[in-house]
Amino acid sequence: MKVAFYPGCVSKGACPELYVSARLIAEPLGLELHELESAPCTGAGVLSEQNRDLADALNGLTLAMAEAEGADLMTICSTCQGVLSDHNYHLKNDEARRDKANATIADQGFRYAGKATVKHLLWMLFEDIGIDRVAAAIKRKLTGLKIAPFYGCYILRPSEALGLRERPERKTYLNQLIELLGAEAVEYRGATKCCGFPMLTFNRDKALAMGGNHIIEAKEKGADLLVTPCPLCHLNLDGQQPDAARVLKQDIDVPIFHLPQLLGLAFGFEPDQLRLNHHVVSTKGALEKVELKV
Amino acid sequence: MQFTIEVGRYNSEGRYADTAKPGEPFPAPWNASPVRRYQTFTVDLPEHAVVLDALIAIREYQDPSLAVRCACRSAICGSCAMWINGHANLACKSKLAAFTKDGKTRVESPPSMPIIRDLVCDMKPFWDKHLAVRPWLENKQPVPPPDQEYRVPNSSMEELIQEVSCISCGACVMDCESFAVNPDFLGPQALAQAYRYVGDPRDDKTKERLAELSKPGGIWDCTHCFECVQQCPKGVAPLDQILKLRKMAVDAGFTHNAGTRHADAFAESVKHSGRLNELTLMPKSTGLFNIVGQLKTLPSAINMARAGKLPPLIHKAIPGVARIRKIFERVGGRFK
Repeated sequence: MKVAFYPGCVSKGACPELYVSARLIAEPLGLELHELESAPCTGAGVLSEQNRDLADALNGLTLAMAEAEGADLMTICSTCQGVLSDHNYHLKNDEARRDKANATIADQGFRYAGKATVKHLLWMLFEDIGIDRVAAAIKRKLTGLKIAPFYGCYILRPSEALGLRERPERKTYLNQLIELLGAEAVEYRGATKCCGFPMLTFNRDKALAMGGNHIIEAKEKGADLLVTPCPLCHLNLDGQQPDAARVLKQDIDVPIFHLPQLLGLAFGFEPDQLRLNHHVVSTKGALEKVELKV
Repeated sequence: MQFTIEVGRYNSEGRYADTAKPGEPFPAPWNASPVRRYQTFTVDLPEHAVVLDALIAIREYQDPSLAVRCACRSAICGSCAMWINGHANLACKSKLAAFTKDGKTRVESPPSMPIIRDLVCDMKPFWDKHLAVRPWLENKQPVPPPDQEYRVPNSSMEELIQEVSCISCGACVMDCESFAVNPDFLGPQALAQAYRYVGDPRDDKTKERLAELSKPGGIWDCTHCFECVQQCPKGVAPLDQILKLRKMAVDAGFTHNAGTRHADAFAESVKHSGRLNELTLMPKSTGLFNIVGQLKTLPSAINMARAGKLPPLIHKAIPGVARIRKIFERVGGRFK
């Protein structure tokens, strides 16, 4: 299946392990990735908040590129998904806004007709690739691991623009997937909560406490690791975890996996191929449970 | 139809859990807090019954000691907001059938507020913040005073219909992620109210209000998680109003804060390369001359560099970046 691949800035910046593992799992899933290399950053909501027309034009350009590619746009980041979904929702339904965005990008040879579909890899697994195909690609069951899902806000809220009204099951995909891969999904309140990353530069200690509390809750419920479809959550939960432990005066030490890394493990790739040896919090303990080494 | 309700209760000594000391408030952070004391009731109600029907039935026919606050039963008085299955909702608006999970519905007082008894929480922190934003008009005083009432066109009030719909139930604050870790945060309800007055053409204190709201605890302490938008039973969408306030504050010149620096650094990076330069974003947002702030981010930066998680030192632009710069020139506004 051909998809217009939108990897997002973070997978090409501070989370290279996400990009590498997303590329690796494409083949067993039968995904043909056509990367939108000249698509700009979504603005992560920051630009939308300060200048709606600018964000409409930038995201309209990306959506027009996906349209021209003739394939659904696939994200691997909850934040990219949230922002693109939001602008797509408005550009589809509000003709005046679409016309305005198109007027800005027209002389670059682009026009958005309002037909693009934006889907996170997580949604595609269930809605396009099909769960049978995912199951067929499994070479290594993750039996024995207790995994806490961490969805990230922007793949869940606001539900209207994300299409969760029509498809409420999207709220459970991560849990379903964990079970499918043979592991046990940990039920905890933090699963659908905020990692704190958007506040990191404004109110550092509170942002760290926010993310840290969720990891601690998952750990108390027995989680060996957390899995997230959002690299920004990963930056806060993994990258800042030692600092969160300092703020909360509590040992945390729970590894955080990207969604494609977890899939990659189940599909038989080795931990270092998925760059699981390049995390701030060591993945060693969790991997030993499925008899793997980093 | 039989419904099973688990009610978070205080015991006779005023304790929320057997392990707690009498009178002790529910400790923050609540998601890592000890298990609360729950009591299970079974009620027989029609299929269309709401959670509040069940609570009233319990109080009337099974246990008169159950404390629950309610009045209108029509989602207008805002008294019965509480946690239902771990999220803030109005008990009178939540259908039992829709909120039955694994054969039961769990109802409790939100731990972000001090609990008075059972399902009744003390709304003082909520009202304190509500009042802190001066939720009343501070009128322009034309001289001489007009001989009739101050009239505004309908169109200028249409913008504010959403915020006027607030019933002060507190659901947004009960589920606010920032408030959970930062009791100083004004919170979604107060900030949405603040926008209601900032956006009102009759109000004369716009600048003063925006200055106040730009301080710590104000608009920049929101974590942008959309919980308030999701939980508000009246469609007020507090986060949307907070974002409008941020833009208004920046436009009004209140730019000496991390929020503005972050937006500026973000825009600059996207304009120059089409994508985000994470290497410069954090230091620029923190403020290049904010030595203490910079030092605080250093240990994490070192940890990430050691793990091989630093972005490439040479930040490459995306192909066709000229296109992006054109877009900025056209509609970039202050980011041009």
